[in-house]
Amino acid sequence: MNINTQEGEGYTIIGLEGDVDLSCSPDARKSILDALQSNKNLLIDLGKVSYIDSSGVASLVEGYQTAKKQSLKFGLVGVSDAAMSVLKLARLDKVFPIYDSVEEYEKEDA
Amino acid sequence: MSIETLFEIRFPAKPERLCLVRSLVKRTAEVAGCCPELSDRLVIAVNEACMNVIQHAYQGDELGEIVLEMLNNDGKLYFRLVDYANPIDLDSVKPRDLDDLRPGGLGTHFINEIMDECDMGHLEEGKGNYLEMIKKIS
Repeated sequence: MNINTQEGEGYTIIGLEGDVDLSCSPDARKSILDALQSNKNLLIDLGKVSYIDSSGVASLVEGYQTAKKQSLKFGLVGVSDAAMSVLKLARLDKVFPIYDSVEEYEKEDA
Repeated sequence: MSIETLFEIRFPAKPERLCLVRSLVKRTAEVAGCCPELSDRLVIAVNEACMNVIQHAYQGDELGEIVLEMLNNDGKLYFRLVDYANPIDLDSVKPRDLDDLRPGGLGTHFINEIMDECDMGHLEEGKGNYLEMIKKIS
């Protein structure tokens, strides 16, 4: 799994790539929680995720809840089919704000 | 009626081995006649079952060993997972209420959603646990 963190206007975006499974989900969790310490809204780009297991999903849920406690926005961007099928299984596709693109998020946040 | 063993593997209870298990299950399911979508779902269930063994049965002890068998019995795929950890509390293995949003606790829900039948128990020899999962494919 690769993790890329970038800063946008008023938000941080973390891109996860590859398989997000038990062997690397602690790294994803740390990146998500570290990013939220900067007190900026957080987007997670799942467009290049080829697989995500329940431990990866747990990292997203923890990030969502942490952001909520800090009154920050937390959303998912460009969710791949593989990731979406797991989110649907967990019925989290109705919980997380999901954007097709960063542009869609920026438009909505404006 | 004929039972065909598709594979049997033994592997250490290490998270790094899960990608190999996923590849094997996906390819084998496709060879057994599953469409890519069903193969992907079977991969999710088997991966979660292996994770449960690593995290809850062996509790991170990477010296533990897992045995996974996949069989085809007249259009039903059987997955049998065996570990040699201390017997787990079977009553504690329950899917969580999905309305109770919190990290964790999804693995058993995934397995139950994807598989047609599941059975788990303790090995008769006294140490270890098994999980059998069945999916009808035709």
